[in-house]
Amino acid sequence: MRRTTSTKQDTMRLVILDDYNLASEWAAKYIRNRIIQFKPSANNFFTLGLPTGLPRAHPESYHSYMWNNFFKYIDIDPANAHILDGNAEDLEAECKSYERKIAEAGGIHLFVGGIGPDGHIAFNEPGSSLVSRTRVKTLAKDTIVANARFFGNDLSKVPTMALTVGVGTVMDAKEVMIVITGAHKAFALYKAIEEGVNHMWTVSAFQQHPHTIFVCDEDATLELRVKTVKYFKGLMHVHNKLVDPVLSVKDK
Amino acid sequence: MPSNKSVSEAPITQLLNCRILRDHRLQNEDLWVREGKILDPEKLFFDEQAYADNQVDCGGAIVAPGFIDVQINGGYGVDFSQASDDVSAGISLVAQKLLEHGVTSFCPTLVTSPPHIYHKVLPQIKVQDGGPHGAGVLGVHLEGPFISAKKKGAHPERFLRTFSGPDTVMADLMDVYGGLDNVALVTLAPELEGSRWAVSELCQRGVTVSLGHSVANLSQAEEAVRHGASFITHLFNAMLPFHHRDPGIVGLLTSEHIPAGRSVYYGMIADGIHTNPAALRIAHRAHPKGLVLVTDAIAAMGLGPGRHKLGQQDVQICGLHVYVAGTQTLSGSIATMDMCVRHFKHATGCRVEEALEAASLHPAQLLGISQSKGTLDFGSHADFVLLDDELNVKATFISGQEVWRKTTQEQQ
Repeated sequence: MRRTTSTKQDTMRLVILDDYNLASEWAAKYIRNRIIQFKPSANNFFTLGLPTGLPRAHPESYHSYMWNNFFKYIDIDPANAHILDGNAEDLEAECKSYERKIAEAGGIHLFVGGIGPDGHIAFNEPGSSLVSRTRVKTLAKDTIVANARFFGNDLSKVPTMALTVGVGTVMDAKEVMIVITGAHKAFALYKAIEEGVNHMWTVSAFQQHPHTIFVCDEDATLELRVKTVKYFKGLMHVHNKLVDPVLSVKDK
Repeated sequence: MPSNKSVSEAPITQLLNCRILRDHRLQNEDLWVREGKILDPEKLFFDEQAYADNQVDCGGAIVAPGFIDVQINGGYGVDFSQASDDVSAGISLVAQKLLEHGVTSFCPTLVTSPPHIYHKVLPQIKVQDGGPHGAGVLGVHLEGPFISAKKKGAHPERFLRTFSGPDTVMADLMDVYGGLDNVALVTLAPELEGSRWAVSELCQRGVTVSLGHSVANLSQAEEAVRHGASFITHLFNAMLPFHHRDPGIVGLLTSEHIPAGRSVYYGMIADGIHTNPAALRIAHRAHPKGLVLVTDAIAAMGLGPGRHKLGQQDVQICGLHVYVAGTQTLSGSIATMDMCVRHFKHATGCRVEEALEAASLHPAQLLGISQSKGTLDFGSHADFVLLDDELNVKATFISGQEVWRKTTQEQQ
């Protein structure tokens, strides 16, 4: 059986697909393969932070979003789904508890996330410490404006604080996958991988992570150098071995 | 951490692979039920960290709220207006049979009868929940005797009544009916002297008042609505025809004088006989949200052709037509509720959701019970039906329990 992954080798992969759908599909297949290779039994995973101060049932709350777009389609044991609770009485205790639960589960095996137009990972806004842990963050104006469309374009309704895992928390993961699509993210991707590690573009911290994958579409590469794009596109035959064949729980 | 956990240990059922009617459209969603009520799965997931105990595969079926029939005179040989010593046995028989047609709640209807019949029959009919034994009884529909002699239809003229005076309407009502316990609906003619007080008195007691078997003009009808009337009994039948200078009761569908925040509903017998499909379409297009499908089914429903007894009169059945014996006067119908839903959809070309709501949501709204019946909203009673794409009933559930399922040997 052909080995489909080289987890032992330190890598930074930039996987470039033609469009949003293909990028999503590639990422989904990769995650699926990784889950099966993990041989899940007590299957734990985490999602990132959610806006504070919102009633849980608000349509824009992370709970509702995750339920309607993910949880209702899968048969996970609800006890194994951990979301940072923005309604907790003691937010600091909630953050500490989250870090502890990660440790108890054996650490994060695969972190999956996107980036903001300002290059933030989770809600680690520009200026965040690159060794930060799970904590309460004040959101940057850019983020608030970007989220306004979910709140009827009324800026006063957009939450200003959020709980979030820290950059350091994500750096502790065994593997990091960042999915970046769309031209509006192109500059952030450029800053993330073609410039130096900089706390103003927190996702750049992953240049120092031993095992990172960036999955993007053509539009997201618009600010990269042609040389960079050609290099990584030339590696697609290697990258595609990670998703082909798509594994099944019935295998082995 | 979830903020609160429920304390219920009751089993949770998840119906999957179905399209449910919610928020006025069919959605590819699962239906969750616990303790006879529709459950919010998101709350279950996050607050209780619970999941389903049993799953039911619906095979791609449509899941709609159970049908509610607010005008049904009997069926399967049972006539609710008959002075029987064991009325409840008749109610039970019909309630059981109605499950096959997707009806989960109904209002047994009594046609115009002499007081002694009401005094004997009414105390034997109680509001009760449905279940494996049959559809639930929401209350009695008293159609008459305070109706117009000119529009009596199949009602026996000798038992029609009027009010003796504006101050005595309650006494008249009590004298005739004997009591208003377990009464959900009363049909009366608003042009009768004193009827506006009757409308008020009945509405104050939580009874829904319907206008029908009447020669009222639009003003008289509007006045009755001002006093609380909210339904029209079998629109077009037993009332003056629509006239462009006085639309009569039919004009309520587009009247500007309906009090704010209130709605007028109207029953339609969509059996293809009582109303021409063009008339059905006109009514539907004029006021789609008010349309309530009713069967007005009589004792002969479910029986074969021939002569049968209805109230105090004899009727004759030919095919789907039922006449007062020896005349051409229609005497109720023998179409079942699911047949009416199918015919309504076919005749009006409406969306599936509209056809289903006319038999579930609208009657529930009419009776003021839409918080618990007539929808699949979270917290509602889990009374629902599984239908195929042609809207044939495949299975019926009451309080989340399957109470009827179509077997391959079942005949239409």
